[in-house]
Amino acid sequence: METFVTALPALQDAFAQIFQPAQLMYMVIGVLLGLSVGVFPGLGGIAGLSLVLPFMFGMDPVSGLALMVGLIAVVPTSDTFASVLLGIPGSSASQATVLDGFPMARKGQAARALAAAFASSLFGGLFGAVILTGLILVARPIVLAFGTPEMLAITLLGLSMVAILAGTVALKGVAAACLGLLVGTIGEAGAGGSLRMATYDIPYLIDGLSLVIVGLGIFAIPEIIGLLRQDKAISDRSLLGAGWAEGIKDWWTNRWLSLRCATIGVVVGIIPGLGGSVVDWIAYGHTVQSSKDKSGFGKGDVRGVVGPESSNNAKEGGGLVPTLIFGIPGSGSMAIFIGGMGLLGIIAGPQMITNDLDVTYTIVWSLALANVVGAGLCIVLSGPISRLTRIRFTLLAPFLFMMITFAAFQSRQDLGDLVALFAVGLLGIFLRRFDWSRPAFLIGFVLSDQAENFSNNAHQIASFRFRRGLEDGLDYVASPIVLVIVALTIISIILGIRQAKHMPTDAGLKTGTKRAPIVFLMVVLAYMITAWVNAAFIDLTSDKIFPLTVGTVGIIASLAVLVRMMLVPETDPVFIDREAAGEDAEAPHGLWGTLAWFGAFLAGTALVGFILALVPFLLAFFRVRAGASWLMTFILTAVGTFAICFVAAQLNRDFPPGLLQEFARLPWPLR
Amino acid sequence: MSIKSAALAASVSVAAALVGTNAVALDLSGKTVEYVIPFSETGGSAAWANFYAPLLSKALPGEPTVVVKYMPGAGSTKGANWFQEQTFEDNPGTLIFGTSGSTQFPYLLDDPRVKYEYKDWQVVLGSGTGGVAYLPPDLASEMDGMDATGLQDTDFIWGSQGATRLDLVPLLAWKMLGMNVEPVFGIKGRGDGRLMFERGEANIDYQTSSAYLKSVVPLVESGDAVPMMTWGALDDDGNIVRDPTFPDIPTFKEVCEATPECETSGDAWDAWKAFFIAGFPAQKMIFLPAGSSQEVIDTYTEAFKAVTSAPDFADMSADTLGVYPQVTLPAAQKMADLGTNVSPEAKAYVKQWLADDYGVKLD
Repeated sequence: METFVTALPALQDAFAQIFQPAQLMYMVIGVLLGLSVGVFPGLGGIAGLSLVLPFMFGMDPVSGLALMVGLIAVVPTSDTFASVLLGIPGSSASQATVLDGFPMARKGQAARALAAAFASSLFGGLFGAVILTGLILVARPIVLAFGTPEMLAITLLGLSMVAILAGTVALKGVAAACLGLLVGTIGEAGAGGSLRMATYDIPYLIDGLSLVIVGLGIFAIPEIIGLLRQDKAISDRSLLGAGWAEGIKDWWTNRWLSLRCATIGVVVGIIPGLGGSVVDWIAYGHTVQSSKDKSGFGKGDVRGVVGPESSNNAKEGGGLVPTLIFGIPGSGSMAIFIGGMGLLGIIAGPQMITNDLDVTYTIVWSLALANVVGAGLCIVLSGPISRLTRIRFTLLAPFLFMMITFAAFQSRQDLGDLVALFAVGLLGIFLRRFDWSRPAFLIGFVLSDQAENFSNNAHQIASFRFRRGLEDGLDYVASPIVLVIVALTIISIILGIRQAKHMPTDAGLKTGTKRAPIVFLMVVLAYMITAWVNAAFIDLTSDKIFPLTVGTVGIIASLAVLVRMMLVPETDPVFIDREAAGEDAEAPHGLWGTLAWFGAFLAGTALVGFILALVPFLLAFFRVRAGASWLMTFILTAVGTFAICFVAAQLNRDFPPGLLQEFARLPWPLR
Repeated sequence: MSIKSAALAASVSVAAALVGTNAVALDLSGKTVEYVIPFSETGGSAAWANFYAPLLSKALPGEPTVVVKYMPGAGSTKGANWFQEQTFEDNPGTLIFGTSGSTQFPYLLDDPRVKYEYKDWQVVLGSGTGGVAYLPPDLASEMDGMDATGLQDTDFIWGSQGATRLDLVPLLAWKMLGMNVEPVFGIKGRGDGRLMFERGEANIDYQTSSAYLKSVVPLVESGDAVPMMTWGALDDDGNIVRDPTFPDIPTFKEVCEATPECETSGDAWDAWKAFFIAGFPAQKMIFLPAGSSQEVIDTYTEAFKAVTSAPDFADMSADTLGVYPQVTLPAAQKMADLGTNVSPEAKAYVKQWLADDYGVKLD
């Protein structure tokens, strides 16, 4: 009761501070910036916040906070556009939205999917803010209750979602997840710094692959290439009238699902160290598990949009708890947020809650308001923007190549980014072609780092405790929270395995000859064995144990798939090959010819730099591949080039330089 | 703009006018100065750079735009290798580079990734910091005054970012005191280390000064933590003295002198001191590229003098940078020399110790 007595005046105070014209204006500016950055695939809150950071020093604190919070709050809302309309994860928070959102867009229901997503985002965001209001006063012990074993347990819960998302052949899903985990270990080990599948001669690999590149490569490139081969619009059906109203109705029908997923979002957000990229997958897994009729998932079930979108906005509210109470960022964008608060003269930490409760609540209020404004704007925009799906895709694709190349380069500003993008894209194309679960791969990749670090740390601390005494050790590893989460994990795995049988196979997928799927399996197996041997040569146990364990499981799973391939006939689903029959096989353009366009663009960038490669690429593509008139070709090329230069200039970002730039000093944007 | 920071910006401009008496021909109006840091947007160096950037913009002749550029990778060696290749001719007065202890340690330890040479660069600003180690109250009571002998039979566990980073300094100090500290490697930031301490998973920790003031002092006040020692500060003659931010907390040097097992001379001490200086009093520095003209060096020196001598600078910087000297030339050169040189013996000692105790080999 006492806490409420202190909270109420602070809440009123905050209310009065935020509802000033100037503060509201800054919040709206933040929302607009967040919308623009979020729409751009691959750029999220980090890019947006670092854009406003230079202006923080010297700003009035409430305005500065309103600006930053407005920006953070809408990124998980606006990133949905790319996920639904183009099949490209707009940011790491909306990877799972692609699975059902994009098929909906292809069915002509883009506006409905977007509206359902925005309604869910709005609800999730408000829910997060409400929880934050109450929790901020009492959350300290909750956060402190989550130690290393608890975080390890949550990580395992996230991995258990592989069971339901493994696809038609469960073993292939397990192998895909192990491959993802192994790819996640590339580079310097977190504990001892040993190199895994990397060498000091290729500095790029030392830091491993970034999530942005893996997300774009695994989801975006295969979809873009696939659509491009069809030479049609994303949706070949006419737009359904008044789709957005239906989307909001969809959210209302699934309000309890939305509430559960928002709760998942808040809980995962509160725990520091887990990061936001896993939230949408846990929510999606939960959505599938808890639904009776699973036949539509992966083919455009609106619940597959409502679930992840409710959770990823709620996560921001949850993520503010450790950020504000402990000064420990829950994600990359929260880390910059803390830096920005420092420049405003506000120090996040325990004393902030005690001394500046009103400032704390202005953050909460801004969060809630920004969600309302952001979702409102997005719903208004969803009608017109969903017309994108009616445009002939061939005219859209070069711009997408341009955008993802630019976005990928931002992750490390290294030519290696482009090589990695192409390599991962190729892997994504084959995973899709042979029906290996791409979500399983991505879940493995996302959780690899945490799974390894938490298990190493928990093991080290636990053995230390056990040396002190059996009881002490047991108290540590088997706390009630751990037990509950482990129980949930086991239930999730059992449910997943049982329900996976009822998960529909993609009816259009046909099998072909045995050769191609076996060759791909052999390549995967060869990589796993190489990684295993590579890990075996590391001296430090802490750095080798994880890749060895995961590699062993992956190799066993792959061998089991191989055995099954030997035993069963060609018609078994284990041999699914999209090139054998169906949409891909009948496409007017071949896979390699289409991919070559993209490859040529990347190679050109490596030679003469991004902009000098972009202009001829766009000209050639529109004229030759799309068969556009010269006038159209010139207009589209000019618009695209100008747009990307504008964005780069605004965000103060560089373009990928090529070999030419090593020798000649050119003026921006050519350098 | 809040009144406080508007006042600071104004006083920086005034100070710039006062300092800039000798006619400097360099005019940067309409130019853009790139302030590159080899770290991501999320770290302490980003906050440091974003604090200085707008002030520097006001103080440079012609008030150029100063933009912070992030170039993270390979523990900051990627950005430093890049900076090594930049020439003054290509960026006359429009490129500065901010480094941290994480850039100096690989350099001092002959990390194979290092392709940069500090001696080629021209320092124009140095920012120091300090650090404080702390214990849970029950363990702190095992200390006899400053004598840490009572802690030798306790098993300590500590959340660490890695033995080759800044964490090397506390690890070596505790080892020299005869304490048995087992580091749990692989945490993402010192804030996570503090959280492990608060959760009781770790029973020793240290924080840099500003983080200690923000987050550990409340724990000390509530009786959940007791400061053990600071790493100290350097006086003008290079001696370790009490940290001016924490005059009541003894330094490691004092604790070491009071503990029979520990020696304030010999290879271990020399190595500790060398890495302490590189990691704390000389932690962050701003450099101009190799071959910079005297004119540009003078321009930046005067600009930073104007920034740091503004009357309310100390007050404003305390929140972001802590209460430490922000030094310009010629003192900054002395700091750079101290922070980027260790004797071959000290280097060999640390490498041997890292290999023996943690299996870390740097070649």
